[in-house]
Amino acid sequence: MSLARSFYFLAVGIAFGIVMLKSGAASWYRIYEMFHFGSFHMYGIMGSAVVCGWALNLLLRKSNLQDLDGQVMRLATKPDNLKAGAIGGTIFGIGWAVTGACPGPIYTLLGAGFWPVLLILVGALGGAFAYGLLRPRLPH
Amino acid sequence: MESIFNPWPWYVAGPAIAAILAALVYGGKSFGMSTNLETMCTLGGAGRFAERFRTDWRARQWSLLVMLGAGLGGLIAMWLLDGGAAVPLNPEIAADLQALGLRDAGTAYAPGQLYSADAWSNPMALVMLLGGGFLVGFGARYAGGCTSGHAITGLSNFQLPSLIAAVAFFAGGLATTYTVLPYLLAYLTPAA
Repeated sequence: MSLARSFYFLAVGIAFGIVMLKSGAASWYRIYEMFHFGSFHMYGIMGSAVVCGWALNLLLRKSNLQDLDGQVMRLATKPDNLKAGAIGGTIFGIGWAVTGACPGPIYTLLGAGFWPVLLILVGALGGAFAYGLLRPRLPH
Repeated sequence: MESIFNPWPWYVAGPAIAAILAALVYGGKSFGMSTNLETMCTLGGAGRFAERFRTDWRARQWSLLVMLGAGLGGLIAMWLLDGGAAVPLNPEIAADLQALGLRDAGTAYAPGQLYSADAWSNPMALVMLLGGGFLVGFGARYAGGCTSGHAITGLSNFQLPSLIAAVAFFAGGLATTYTVLPYLLAYLTPAA
């Protein structure tokens, strides 16, 4: 990967981190408030992101614009695996409510200096490793 | 100009997240943060234990850079944009949380018991962070994505698996926050 391309992805990540911290999407308190329907804030963030995502999706489908490599741009599709989504998703939700952090904000919180979040990262790495080990035996 | 130092409203953050999605697609990639967990397992030698980790991490370098950027963004926002300022919670929610022992609810970014140095000497904090983190990592990889890959990208692209996953994220979180979490918080808070 070229140096310019490396900086591009680093810059996108920096923008993401700033948005996560400044919007409170990385705040345990905001996540708790969301699950208790105390504010429109988190629903507004995700809802408006998805509405803008729909617009982006529509634009890409109509226009066939190309990316930096000259490929036609499309949003990613997901494997049609509903059972894994339901079971894995529920497990993820339990962890999200307890730690207040999803995988992106983990790095943002560490960068911000909330050091105990290292334990969330260690736990999450352990979880991803355990999934890799157990995957052949789990329902999918 | 003062306003960028204040907490950002949802109608700024949501479109900004969609712009990040667009920037990644323009770079020829996709938006998904939890795959990095598996890439780091690969880097740590997990390929010796499971087929799943025998991948070429170089193909995921771009994503590790986004991850590194997410950390740097946290650093920048914290120190230059007052990112650690109190989150303006609903006062009723803040009062509930204070009654549950989280006394900095409404006056901090995150609960001190979990996110400050106090956590290192609090057994329940260690359990919540490590155990909860485990469930986040395990569940996200089992589901094939987290909030960024499923709830944002997948829903934007009308993916049924993502709708199922997003509903499950929410169901798991709701069930936990109303049943188990109050007990965990009771042990998290010293009766002082």
